[in-house]
Order: sequence, then C-alpha cells, then structure tokens
Amino acid sequence: MLKQIIFIITLLVTIGVFAYSVSKIIALLKLTKKAYPIKDIWKRIIMTVKVAFFQSKIFRRPVIGFMHALVFWGFLVICIGSVEIVFDGVLGTERIFAKSGLLYDIITASGDIFGLLVLISVVVFLIRRVFMHVKRFHGIEMKKKFHTDANISLSIILLLMISLLSMNSSYIAYTPSYDITGTYPVSIFIAPYFHNMDFSVIYTINQISWWMHILLVFFFANYLPYSKHFHVFMSIPNVFVSRLESLGKLPIMENVTKEVKLMLNPQTAYSSPAETDAAPSRFGVKDVEDGTWKNFADSLSCTQCGRCTSVCPANITGKKLSPRKILIDFRARMKEKGKHLLKDKNYNDNKFLLRDFISEEEIWACTTCNACAKECPVNINHPTLIVDLRRYLVMEEAKAPSGLNAIFANIENNGAPWQFSPQDRLLWANELYIKNSLKFKV
Amino acid sequence: MNAEKTKIEIPVMADLSAKGIKPEYLFWVGCAGAFDDRYKKVAKAFAKILSHLEISYAVLGVEESCTGDPARRAGNEMLFQMQALSNIEVLKKYDVKKILTICPHCYNIFKNEYPDLGGCYEVIHYTQFFNKLINEGKLEINSDKFKDKKITFHDPCYLGRMNNEYKAPRKVLNEISSKKVEMKRNKSFALCCGAGGAQMFKEAEKGDKEIFIERIEEALETKADIIATACPFCMTMLTDGLKYKNKEEEIFNYDIIELVAEALGL
Repeated sequence: MLKQIIFIITLLVTIGVFAYSVSKIIALLKLTKKAYPIKDIWKRIIMTVKVAFFQSKIFRRPVIGFMHALVFWGFLVICIGSVEIVFDGVLGTERIFAKSGLLYDIITASGDIFGLLVLISVVVFLIRRVFMHVKRFHGIEMKKKFHTDANISLSIILLLMISLLSMNSSYIAYTPSYDITGTYPVSIFIAPYFHNMDFSVIYTINQISWWMHILLVFFFANYLPYSKHFHVFMSIPNVFVSRLESLGKLPIMENVTKEVKLMLNPQTAYSSPAETDAAPSRFGVKDVEDGTWKNFADSLSCTQCGRCTSVCPANITGKKLSPRKILIDFRARMKEKGKHLLKDKNYNDNKFLLRDFISEEEIWACTTCNACAKECPVNINHPTLIVDLRRYLVMEEAKAPSGLNAIFANIENNGAPWQFSPQDRLLWANELYIKNSLKFKV
Repeated sequence: MNAEKTKIEIPVMADLSAKGIKPEYLFWVGCAGAFDDRYKKVAKAFAKILSHLEISYAVLGVEESCTGDPARRAGNEMLFQMQALSNIEVLKKYDVKKILTICPHCYNIFKNEYPDLGGCYEVIHYTQFFNKLINEGKLEINSDKFKDKKITFHDPCYLGRMNNEYKAPRKVLNEISSKKVEMKRNKSFALCCGAGGAQMFKEAEKGDKEIFIERIEEALETKADIIATACPFCMTMLTDGLKYKNKEEEIFNYDIIELVAEALGL
C-alpha cells in the first residue's frame, strides 16, 4: 500500500511538472506566425510511417543510422513495458499485462531483446561522442553544454536499459520457472549469475531495478523539454506536420501579393497607399516572433545530430553558415525572449535573432541547395527560415550584398539579372543553321 | 554526308498568334539561354533538336522576362512577385499550357511557385522531355560519337533534390555513352555547384575554399572525359572549376542538350 501511495504521488508530480513544461511551450508556439494548414491527413500518415517509423532518412547513413533505428524501435517497444509498470505501480499489481498471453510473450521478448540492442547502440554512441572525434558533432554552435546534454541523455538511456535487464533477469532468478510470465530471451542468460544469492537479495535487486527504471523514465520525461533530446517527443509530430510540397517551393508572402497587385493595377498604382487600421506586419524574419510555428517546432525537434551541417556546401568549404546553428539559435532566442513576450507583447531587449544570434554573413552564404532539408531525419526545413531572414534584410532594410542589389536593379529594369536590353532577348537565335543532311522524322 | 545547311527560324509566340497558330509547347529560354555567351550555345542546340524533331513550339522572344528566381532566393519577394504576375499575364495572353524549360531554376519556379500566384502549367524539364521521346521511340540517338567517352553527370539541386528528377538525365546519357560514372556524392546526395540561391551573382562569403572547386575535384576524381550538366549555373561554376584546375583542354563540360545535338549530328 505504501508503495502504491509513493508511486501515485511520484506519478502525479511527474505529470504535473511535464504538463507545466508543455503548457509553456504551447504558449510560446502561440507567439509565432501562421505557416500553412495541416491538410491531406492520409499523405501525412504515410509520410510519418515512412520517415519516422521506418526511419527512411536516418538510413541515409546506413551503419550509424541502423543503430539509431534500433534505439528508436526499442524505445517504442519498451514504452509498452513502461505503461505496464505505471499500471502495476498505481494498482499494486504485478505484471498486469501478463494475462494477454502470447501477446505478452511478444511484448516482453521484444522489450528484452531491444533492451540489449539499445544498450549496445547507446554504448557505441557514447564512445563516439566521448572518445572519437566525429566531425559533425563539432562546430561553432556546439557549445560544451550541448555535449554535456547529449552525454546526460545517452547515460540516462543506458541506465534505463541496465535497469530493465536487471529487473527482468532478477525476476527470472527469484521466480520458480513454472510461475514466470512473459519471455525473456536475453535476461534468461543473465539470470544464472544470481544463483548463489539469497532469495531476498535477488528480490530486493528486482525492486530496486523496478523503481530505478520507472523513476528514470519519470525524470527523463521532465528533463527532455529542457534538452536537445526533446526530439524524443517532438520528432514524430514534427514529421507529421512537415510540408508535403517539394523542397524547391518557398512559401508565398500573401501580404506582398496584395501590394504588388495594387502596384500592377493601373487604377491603383499611382493612388496613395490604402489606409489600414492594423500596423503593417514585418516582412520576413528579424526575431523569433516573426517566425512561424513550424520554425519553432523545427527548433524543438532538432537534436543537433549535425547531418544538415555535414552536407552543407557552404559549411564544407569553411563558410560560417551551419544550418544546425540556425535552428539552435532560434530555440535559444525563443527561450530568452519568449518568457518576456508572454508577459508583454511589446517587450524589447534591443536584441534580435538576426545579427545578435545569426549573422548576415551566415545567411548570405546559403546556396538554397536544400541538402540540409533533404538530410534532416525529422523533416526540418532550414532554407525557408534562411530565406525569411533574407526577406527581412532585403525588404525592410534594403541590405543585400552589392552583387545582389545589382541583379535586383537589372531584373527590375530589363527583366534579366544581367544588364542586357530586353529587346536583345532573341539575338541568340540569329544565324541558326541545322544540317539538313539528316533524315527528319515526324 | 552533305554539308548543306538549312536556316532555322525560331518560331515566336506573337507571330504565330497573329497567324492564329497555337503551338503545343512554349520553349522558355531563360536569361542564361538568351544572354550568357556559353549558354546561348545550349539554347541554340536545343532549338536545333526541337526543329529536327519537328516539335510544335515557340519562344516568347522579347516578351520573355526573368522568372524572378534569383530575386526570390535572395529575399526580394516583392520583385519576384512583380515578375511572376506579369509573366503569368503574358502566358495567359497566349494560353500557354505546356512549358519546356532548359534551366532547372525556371523549371522549379514554374512548377512549384507560380501556381501560388495563379499560374498553373505543365512544366517539363528538357531531360524529362528527351526521356519521354526516347521511351516513345521518337528520339533515337544511334551514334557512337561519345561511345568511348567516360561521362559523369552533375545533378542540379533544383532538378534533383528539389524535384526528385534523377532518372531522366541519366537515361538520356545512357543513350549517348555506355561509360557512365558517378561522382562520390550523387543524386540526392549531390553537392551543390555553389551558384544556387542567387550565389551566382555575388561574391562568396569568406571560407577555406570555393564550392565549385570542391565539386570539380570530385568530378575529376571520376576520371571522366566529359562532365555533363543540365543547368546554366552549374555549367558556369564547373567550367570555372575546370579552368581553375587547368583541365579545360582535356576535360569538357557540356550540357546534355549539346551532347544530344552533337550525337544527332545537328
């Protein structure tokens, strides 16, 4: 009974703290601009199954990608086990799902196997992070705290797996074989190591493992919203709400369309601008509140794996741009400014995402090649945000590199980025001959 | 073979329209095809192929204007929309339904971005067009002109990664040479030439290396004789790369259009 009460209190605290963290994030999401409606639910489900559940983009790096897939699939399977623990804890039962028979064997067996696979993968990940110099884990944006965060997250997962396996194997060790429910293909090989221990000792180990496992789950759930590892929660939803359109499409600015149509219409072109009640919204993105909910969701989904940066042509050739940094900066700026904005919509600390976090040099280095977006395992779209930052610079401050100002003038005056007269557009076709010795086909 | 030549008159929309003729395709030449000295050769070669295949097409000529791609990628949405809306008016005037582009940037913007402003067309990149004609048996390239040439293809980002067209250019190249070789980073993994997003028109930011040098080194690693491209900007960058490496006398950068035209003996 006491165990139940302690468990229920712990669970309530966990849920309470988590709900508080999530409500804060939802409030921040409400500060952002609209992006696009979420339609075509079936297409989205198919995309989510492919990208999230089958890890299609993770597998673009087959070896390490496979290890990630193991951790992900393991996470899904082991989650079912955690749900059972929660029920047992609240109701004071033991292995409440055991009644499901064969299904229980499948759940426990896969949880047990994945426990080992995840453990091995996480050990490999930790070795890579701590002892090997993997280039994509480094870069100007990768501060020490992010490495610590990564190592903490991995260590928690490691402890979760250790506790899971010791829980299963001690259970086998103290339970008479005819009483064991579920199947444990891995733990059955660990159980014999308990053979010379006292029954009560094994039972205590089992109870400690059980508590350790579920308390770690509770702690991890509440650590995540403040960690780069929040992608555990965010990645599947982020894939689901990501854009279905071609990577080549930039979102249209409807407020610009209105103005352009007024300009192109001879009746309104020379009249004074229409009076509007609302203050004109800013063109492009200068600070986080100019970004869309998707930009913020992207920033929360980023786990800093650096696949984007590792394929960025600008970054590869030593430019300052790192697509990962754009997302990290967005999240950091939202963390800094968001809480004040919630209290005062007009809060101004004279700092901005642009320049104080992301420099002009970075955003002008992008070739919009979309290698980053193609690579991102959770469908983050970096180039649209980069172009939105450019839109602010160009349309609000008229600040573009001189070469670009020249093409703007040329396109406006003569309809081509180069300075040629539009009357000369067909000169290339002069004196064009074809050898007519060929048989022409119809 | 006879060296006799026939002069080609490029059909212009306005002229055809005056005669009441409506061609099937609009050949969108693009600014590079019209003005860039190197790429004009590609535009010419394409016109030759279209004439050779007796395709019903026309160009806009002086009525063509920049699609707005470099302006848009550089953040000038206002200028892009002005260009787009006036282009859409011109296309509406001639009731254009199908657009053939040679530049992947024009292709992408017509296909993916003009619909937002009411311009909906069937947009075809020339590699797709050639591939379709090959499949239909209308384009036969029975030539061993490039038989012994090793060819590598550089995927333009705006055709490949952004519009998932990796097959068409490769299938066309299969008709030209059996000795094709891939660069280390190819298809969706292909490295950008460095010109997209209006980079073509500005100085690169400070770094250790130019992107086109990184890419040309990768192309040279394949030991190909010909680097095939399908985009005017990629061509500028990779040709510059060859010059930078002093390889322009040994290794050649051609657009797939030029290879097809040459193989056809046009």
